[in-house]
Amino acid sequence: MLKTYAYPKFEYRRPPELDGPGAGRRPVIVVGAGPVGMAAAIDLALQGVPVLLLDEDDTVSIGSRGVCYAKRTLEILDRLGIGDAVCGKGVSWDVGRTFFRDREVYRFNLRPQADHKRPGMINLQQYYLEEMLVERCVAVGVEMRWKNKVVAVHDAGSHVVLEAETPEGRYAIDCDWLIVADGARSPIRHMLGLDVEGKIFTDRFLIADVVMQAEFPAERWFWFDPPFHPNQSVLLHKQADNVWRIDFQLGWDADPEEEKAPERVVPRIQAMLGKERPFELEWVSVYTFRCRRMQKFRHGRLLFAGDAAHQVSPFGARGANSGVQDTDNLAWKLALVLGGQAPEALLDTYSDERVFAADENILNSTRSTDFITPKSAASRIFRNAALQLAGRHAFARRLVNSGRLSVPSIYTGSALSSPDVDAFAGDLVPGAPLDDAPLEVDGEPSWLLDQLGGRFQLLVYVERAADFDADLAAELNATIPVETVLVTAAPGGRPRLRVLHDARGRFLERYDALPGSAWLVRPDQHVAARWRRLEPRAVRAALARATCN
Amino acid sequence: MPLKLDPNFAEPGQRYFRDFSPGDDFYQLLIDAHRDLTDEQSSLLNAKLVLLLANQIGDLAVIREALQRAREDVAS
Repeated sequence: MLKTYAYPKFEYRRPPELDGPGAGRRPVIVVGAGPVGMAAAIDLALQGVPVLLLDEDDTVSIGSRGVCYAKRTLEILDRLGIGDAVCGKGVSWDVGRTFFRDREVYRFNLRPQADHKRPGMINLQQYYLEEMLVERCVAVGVEMRWKNKVVAVHDAGSHVVLEAETPEGRYAIDCDWLIVADGARSPIRHMLGLDVEGKIFTDRFLIADVVMQAEFPAERWFWFDPPFHPNQSVLLHKQADNVWRIDFQLGWDADPEEEKAPERVVPRIQAMLGKERPFELEWVSVYTFRCRRMQKFRHGRLLFAGDAAHQVSPFGARGANSGVQDTDNLAWKLALVLGGQAPEALLDTYSDERVFAADENILNSTRSTDFITPKSAASRIFRNAALQLAGRHAFARRLVNSGRLSVPSIYTGSALSSPDVDAFAGDLVPGAPLDDAPLEVDGEPSWLLDQLGGRFQLLVYVERAADFDADLAAELNATIPVETVLVTAAPGGRPRLRVLHDARGRFLERYDALPGSAWLVRPDQHVAARWRRLEPRAVRAALARATCN
Repeated sequence: MPLKLDPNFAEPGQRYFRDFSPGDDFYQLLIDAHRDLTDEQSSLLNAKLVLLLANQIGDLAVIREALQRAREDVAS
């Protein structure tokens, strides 16, 4: 199996701590070189924090596993420096089609608006994403240790003591902060006896990755009760290298070992694709899932992220996406705390904001699961009624839930956001991630989100760059640097200021901008505060609030 | 008043950022109402629900149209 992909093997090197004290206490150690751990490591390294990353294995994800990466995640990967690589290799798609029995009942387009840099989703096998992340980790100076398995963790209050096992023995190492991204089974969470609560779903699914030449468009196709797999659901997705992911609902009584056998899998796929279509099986797995989360994601000096902290059903692609979004939220906060620019309380807001996001993801993926796999006769008849009405009526199409695809959380009610004092139209409320927009920088086309992130920034909208009162920026004079960025209706620059020309007016439209409007933007590209008129005192107060100062 | 066939779920005072959320909120209420009922009990609940909502609508022209729409594709 796995004919299209050759697994890299990363070299184990003898850690210096086996022979002496090593480099001493590390500011941050990350455990787990999956997408979440590596995204955290890269983000911190880009903010100037030295990072040591430990992983018990020495290769990437076995099997394609996580497949769909959502627009917001791609924007984060852009900031981390691998957006182009991921989008170049991945298969981008916007259209999803839903079938009930032998008829199409519903079709959605993830990107109804033009003028966004990234598509609604791309599909890419997890091993490719991980390979790109490993390369990027190395490029930005993350120290990676393969075949280093964490076997003991002790939070000493002032620091964390770890013990790691290698092929050549054990060593102890200290760090100020430990990021735990060791996956759904999280050995560290178990070692510490920390609870994770939620429910397990009584259903089994078969995933098969199939290599074939097919003329089907790059769209997400979802079937309820199709003729080729009666009473169950089926999902088809295209990945890179002509690999297609097919996901069959099997029911709880299916035997996972028997179902994985090619003599069982091949006929299922032939029933779907027709006997005449040649294909090769690349990877097969049978899975169950649960929706659950830890009560809080910060425990002293331990910060849990990704599947270690929360798990969702796969419908909606909210697992890996939300994990990467955890690190987007965490890295800048940890960098400020390590730099002495914010109190440790800022890390509690990591937990607050991402617990909120996890609850939203769990709610949506649980609802999708309940719709897709009804657990009672009443539930099934409502689902089938909704599907039948969906063929004729718009209201019922909206009820059809084959997965509410990953969208970023809007941190409404976050303690870091300053409530609006002025009126703005649209959904870019304090706590929301910024919407992208095409802009020009020195006459060259660019994107708003490519110009933002990694630090606090103050976006100010003006007719002309010359209209901006530079004394205002000087008055900001904050202990945490804030870069002033002008967005202008008319072309033209301004010395020592980044000027983004809203040549197509998309910023104006998406941000409900008026001359003088200003937005304080967090390093993770979420809105901290916004005003119709810029007042340095209000900006300083919002900055203090956004950093728990 | 014609029968509404476009999405129409909302809760006063509630702000929705995703268009699917109010419909999903409704659907969850509906499914939760049936939790732990036998099939027969569920049918009774559904019948009572239809009567309650029909009385709420009141307008027999709307109810007549809804009944016609509901019957479509059922006995085919």
